[in-house]
Amino acid sequence: MPTRIEVKDLKKSFAGVGGALPVLEDVSFTVGDGELVAIVGPSGCGKSTLMNIVAGFDRPDRGSVSIDGIERYEPGPKGILISQHGSVFPWLTVRQNLMFGLGGHVSGEKRALADHYAAMVGLTGFEKSYPRELSGGMLKRVELARALAVKPEILYMDEPFSALDALLNLRMRNELLRILSVERHTVLLITHDVEEAIHIADRILVLSPRPARIQATFEVPLPHPRRLTGPEVQELRVAILRELGVDR
Amino acid sequence: MSRIRQWLPALAVIALLLAAWWGLVAVAHSVIFPTPWQVVRGTLELIEDGTLWRHIGASLFRVGAGFSLAVAFAVPLGLWMGWVRGAFQTLNPLFQILRPISPIAWIPIAILWFGVGNASPIYLIFISSVFPMIVQTTAGVHAIERRYLRAAENFGVSRGALFREVVIPAAFPQIIVGMRIGLGVAWLVVVAAEMIALRSGLGYLIIDSRNAGNRYDLVIAGMIIIGSIGLLLDGAMRLLEGLPWATWRYAH
Repeated sequence: MPTRIEVKDLKKSFAGVGGALPVLEDVSFTVGDGELVAIVGPSGCGKSTLMNIVAGFDRPDRGSVSIDGIERYEPGPKGILISQHGSVFPWLTVRQNLMFGLGGHVSGEKRALADHYAAMVGLTGFEKSYPRELSGGMLKRVELARALAVKPEILYMDEPFSALDALLNLRMRNELLRILSVERHTVLLITHDVEEAIHIADRILVLSPRPARIQATFEVPLPHPRRLTGPEVQELRVAILRELGVDR
Repeated sequence: MSRIRQWLPALAVIALLLAAWWGLVAVAHSVIFPTPWQVVRGTLELIEDGTLWRHIGASLFRVGAGFSLAVAFAVPLGLWMGWVRGAFQTLNPLFQILRPISPIAWIPIAILWFGVGNASPIYLIFISSVFPMIVQTTAGVHAIERRYLRAAENFGVSRGALFREVVIPAAFPQIIVGMRIGLGVAWLVVVAAEMIALRSGLGYLIIDSRNAGNRYDLVIAGMIIIGSIGLLLDGAMRLLEGLPWATWRYAH
């Protein structure tokens, strides 16, 4: 499996009241092509900062991010960030949102592509709806479909489903897995939800409290679909929670 | 039915005011201040000889011209100032100084520059409505949420698409607010400007009716017509708020 993302010795501090506040301390990891790597860590440990740097929205103080072997510090359509807050444009219809990243003038071809991805996430019939007419779960689908439509190689997902209720969260994970089995993206997922990570990730990195380092790595060698009630899952969950300092 | 009930108190206040006016004029036996009925007769007189439409047309033309120029100038400039930090820092102080100057204070200069034709009131309307629209448009761009700009940056769209599909629609509700304020000010100013010179327009109608024979019935008729048209203009601007680009904001 060729390496898609290589993160090397990232260091980042923010100016605080009592001097520089270190957030990331020598974070290094790689993500292989088509791999789904989840990063879990305690709240406020710098997960989002890490994601912003990897996706190109922020610069590290030191260290580098390489995509396909080339150092890169700008965001671009090769890697789309899906964040917790959502960024579906409320003034565009679902279809216009999906066509947003396709550039150039409106054409039948682009519309067909947009509608194809709308169908993939189960939004057929809502192409002409405005975001305000959709539920929170449907907005997430629009966000996902808009990202998929530009055929990115990487999806950066920062707590993508954490604003949804538990049932919807579970359903969206299954949707994501189904889509990934077709589209084969490389995914970097940040979450505070250990179960979510075990459910969908190939590998799980545990971040330490601030300043964040990679504290532990867990492979998840279970085939899909995963049964979240199985003994291996429970074992893994306990091990990860122990790393996070939550003993049971 | 509920709509009628909603309007009832407002109509009652107006009816009360009219009754008080009528009563006071009757009691005072005023020979110069008209009764409401005399105002109605005066208005009918203006309609019959056709001068009312001429005055309304002249005023609307001046507002239309001055306001359109102001929109064409203020919206692009406001978008630019909102987007480019340097432009904002360079121009905003100047506009903040010019903005509080009453349009009436510009009248002597307008007459000096543009004479007493249509150009003067058009200039005055321009100068009075352009600043609120610049300020609102700039504020609209400044208020765009970062997550939307980041998404646009992420997809790497062209600058044209960025403005067309993100910046302008995101700022659009504020632009409409600026246009409503601007048009309101423009209508205020045209009447004031027409009182100074010119031979047409609702402002001229008022001053001329007083000067030529103390026709206060026509003065008040002119005032009521000005108020009614102002209300209609604002109503027309509110229709713009119904566009999808404008409604996205109120729905959340």
